[in-house]
Amino acid sequence: MKKDLLGIAELSSEEIYLILDTAEAMREIGQRPIKKVPTLRGKTVVNLFFEPSTRTRTSFEIAEKRLSADTLSIAVATSSVLKGETLVDTAMNIEAMSPDMIVVRHAASGACHLLSRICRSRIINAGDGMHEHPTQALLDAFTIREHKKRIDGLKVAIVGDLLHSRVLRSNVLLLTKLGAEVWVSGPRTLVPAGMERFGVRVSTSVEEAVADADVIMMLRIQQERMQGAFIPSLREYFTVFGMTAERVARAKPDAIIMHPGPMNRGVEIASEVADGPYSVILEQVANGVAVRMAVLYLLAGGQEGG
Amino acid sequence: MDADRIARTLTRIAHEILERNAAPGDVHDLALVGIRTRGVPIAKRLAQLLRDIRGGDEVPTGTLDITLYRDDLMRHAVGPQPVVRKTEIPFSIDDKRILLVDDVLYTGRTIRAALDALIDFGRPKAIQLVVLVDRGHRELPIKADYVGKNLPTSPSQSVQVHLVEVDGRDEVEIAG
Repeated sequence: MKKDLLGIAELSSEEIYLILDTAEAMREIGQRPIKKVPTLRGKTVVNLFFEPSTRTRTSFEIAEKRLSADTLSIAVATSSVLKGETLVDTAMNIEAMSPDMIVVRHAASGACHLLSRICRSRIINAGDGMHEHPTQALLDAFTIREHKKRIDGLKVAIVGDLLHSRVLRSNVLLLTKLGAEVWVSGPRTLVPAGMERFGVRVSTSVEEAVADADVIMMLRIQQERMQGAFIPSLREYFTVFGMTAERVARAKPDAIIMHPGPMNRGVEIASEVADGPYSVILEQVANGVAVRMAVLYLLAGGQEGG
Repeated sequence: MDADRIARTLTRIAHEILERNAAPGDVHDLALVGIRTRGVPIAKRLAQLLRDIRGGDEVPTGTLDITLYRDDLMRHAVGPQPVVRKTEIPFSIDDKRILLVDDVLYTGRTIRAALDALIDFGRPKAIQLVVLVDRGHRELPIKADYVGKNLPTSPSQSVQVHLVEVDGRDEVEIAG
């Protein structure tokens, strides 16, 4: 492994499989009476979250504690960032207290790459702007592999707000690297230009995208990142792109439904689908802990080539 | 040690285990835990032997990966982390007599890690250690309860255990 986990773009398919295989072993720890191993004893991990997050931050914290790391979380609402401190200054100050790893979420794409260049600590990207969210893509892959026993050759349809989604980018990079056939679908205004260059098929018809799919992955409509009029209304969006039971019926009978959360019920996904038998949304959350434990463990070792 | 010798040694150990643990005539609180990699097939063979000898149910058998408990992890952070594989102990170890199984006993550090790992699964009544080969050079106060063979070695040598399940043949050899 390299020093940092900045994105799926920097990972080889061997490294991705190593993380997934390690996560298999890590998952068992969560089923023990004592859910803790001494592996990262004495390591300090700082969770630096410049954007709100429940799932990802909780998941990282649980993962860190299960590996016995000393961990603390800094939420921007209570930090000096509000007093005007820059990202670099905040990071350098934390760095001065010599943590071993810093888990970063930031609204600016590339924030983790910047920190990676100036910090000695290992940087784990927990989501940077509209760029990448590598641990989400890894836990999605873990969940898919658990259900389908493979990733290679599967048809995966990703539907929703493609433009603002870091989850999309990380998933597309990962799934195409491992040989899946990826379809993406959303309103024309929310499809980034040049999507095809990532090796995916683009369709503005959800029906076409989900036809015979093995996996349907929904993306949230990110209203907080929308400063213009991308969609006429949420109701119209649901009518044209919302994942309903009728649309799911076009996929393979054993297709699984995924969502990285937080869900907007009745906007991108109908409640009957979100809570349906083919939904693996809560499994994704459970698997997130094991995958993050694997990433923390693997990054804590030496770097490639000593 | 050749295949025949290994087989006879394991049979002898199985008898010793029963002698020592069959006090009231039943061994229902026994369980085997093999340490990855080569302790696992040895534990499975012992489970089969115990069943052949006394009949009845199979002794519950689990698999332990001690990587996350190693005392040399993170100490010299060069090179990639050792691969972690699954621990599978599909039964409660509480109040059981656990037979911890490994192929070679050397410094004792693996066993130290395994004991720590086991305790995280519950509170066994007792833990007994079974090894196919004891090659000496202990660095920790650890002693095996059942030893297949004592092999005096020098630290520069290496003892290699090959098992059919992993390596395609049964053999113990000293190299170097």
